[in-house]
Amino acid sequence: MSEYPISDSDQEPEELAPMLLPLDGWHRDHGGRMVEFAGYMMPVQYEGIMAEHLWTRESAGLFDVSHMGQLLVTGEEDAQTDVEPALEAALPIDLSTLKLGAVRYSLLLDENGGILDDLMVSRWPGGFYLVVNGATKWDDIGTLREYLPDDITLNHLDDRALLALQGPKAVDALERVAPGVAALTFMKGGRFTLGGVDAWISRSGYTGEDGFEISVPGEAAADVADLLLAQPEVKPIGLGARDSLRLEAGLPLYGHDMDPERGPVEAGLAFGVNKRRRLEGGFPGATRVQRDFAEGTAQKRIGLKLEGRQAAREGAKVFHGEQEVGVVTSGGFSPSLQHPIAMAYVDAALAADGSVLSIEMRGKKLDATVAAMPFVPNRYHR
Amino acid sequence: MTRYFSQEHEWIEIEGDLGTVGITDYAQGQLGDITFVDLPEAGAAFGKGDSVAVVDSVKAASDVYTPVSGTVAEANGALTDEPELVNTQAETGGWLFRITLSDASELEALMDEAAYKDYVESL
Repeated sequence: MSEYPISDSDQEPEELAPMLLPLDGWHRDHGGRMVEFAGYMMPVQYEGIMAEHLWTRESAGLFDVSHMGQLLVTGEEDAQTDVEPALEAALPIDLSTLKLGAVRYSLLLDENGGILDDLMVSRWPGGFYLVVNGATKWDDIGTLREYLPDDITLNHLDDRALLALQGPKAVDALERVAPGVAALTFMKGGRFTLGGVDAWISRSGYTGEDGFEISVPGEAAADVADLLLAQPEVKPIGLGARDSLRLEAGLPLYGHDMDPERGPVEAGLAFGVNKRRRLEGGFPGATRVQRDFAEGTAQKRIGLKLEGRQAAREGAKVFHGEQEVGVVTSGGFSPSLQHPIAMAYVDAALAADGSVLSIEMRGKKLDATVAAMPFVPNRYHR
Repeated sequence: MTRYFSQEHEWIEIEGDLGTVGITDYAQGQLGDITFVDLPEAGAAFGKGDSVAVVDSVKAASDVYTPVSGTVAEANGALTDEPELVNTQAETGGWLFRITLSDASELEALMDEAAYKDYVESL
């Protein structure tokens, strides 16, 4: 555990050589094809994106997401008196309804209500545990440090690794090595012993499947990964399948499907602004967010189902007849559905399910229909 | 019949003034699961190095450049229904298009199989 320096002398990690995560050698030993991602070398695939994707949907996939930022927010007094109001002033979350061990999705907003990141917040004894995106974590730490009073401590748990075990058989595999996890329900977590290692495990993930996210000390990560991979349900899964799985699950990816130009309402992430906070305000960007709730937004994030096999890619223009009405922010071929799918922002008047649009790719117009998300039904264990 | 290879990982097999073009087995392995191939129309003329086809994988779309100038004689229609042939038979049944060469001397700049093998190993 190391406290992040408060000085402004932060370096831009993308200008440096990629950093290595605790499981770097493990991935290479298991045939992972390594690529640079969010400033780290990460496995994009092992046996192939399609096979890994389908394996996760039918069994259990092991993902290394140690590039993500694990942060701990604590105060000098007990959590009730100082940390809660400080964190509520920084995030649009209602902590009064977040019980010990519970996990909740939230958003880091700028003063204009634009999205700086999405994150998970868990209540730990004496503090709050945050998981933020890898590519944005350094900026997030700076923003949070700016939003939080000086007597609130923000620790970057950069000595910890983060694994995800996702899929319908994840619970069978994990219960065998971390007894008790099967009793967790979706978005609940707790401390468990996993092969002798003290782990924070929550029933959550980024695939739409039942599954778990597992935080362990970095030096124990390879042993934990070995133990999980030894379970017959489990195969290692790379970033490529992580992206196609989350797209099918309708889950937005920061930097693509949301960015500082977009607010929570148009991004379809209103649930990331809790009801009491929506009414009371008092968080960064509240004015814009409240106005968007009241008046609606010009565009909305929607799902698109494409005809044919050619995928639409990020940046492709969306048309209604001859009129340009939006832009694709994520797109690809859905391994589970065997046709292309996409996320896009389009004019609110055309955002209803069934709306017939087209997407321009290489001078051709691909037929697309607005479809409800998730594209593949979620299978969370509630 | 003679087969040549480009640094962009295309192969071309020459029979008279007709060349059959595909991507190499190394290239398909790098791209991963191929889900769609955008093929050129017969009769379209291209210059050496032009983007003639697009190979879509789950993750990304990649351009395929013609290693020689000429006119497209035929595209591999089998790929419309079975784009995965590019994965399973990259250097045989997964060919992309046939092109009538306009300048056979362009072949001299390409590699033979042994040279391409050395090139891939150097990557």
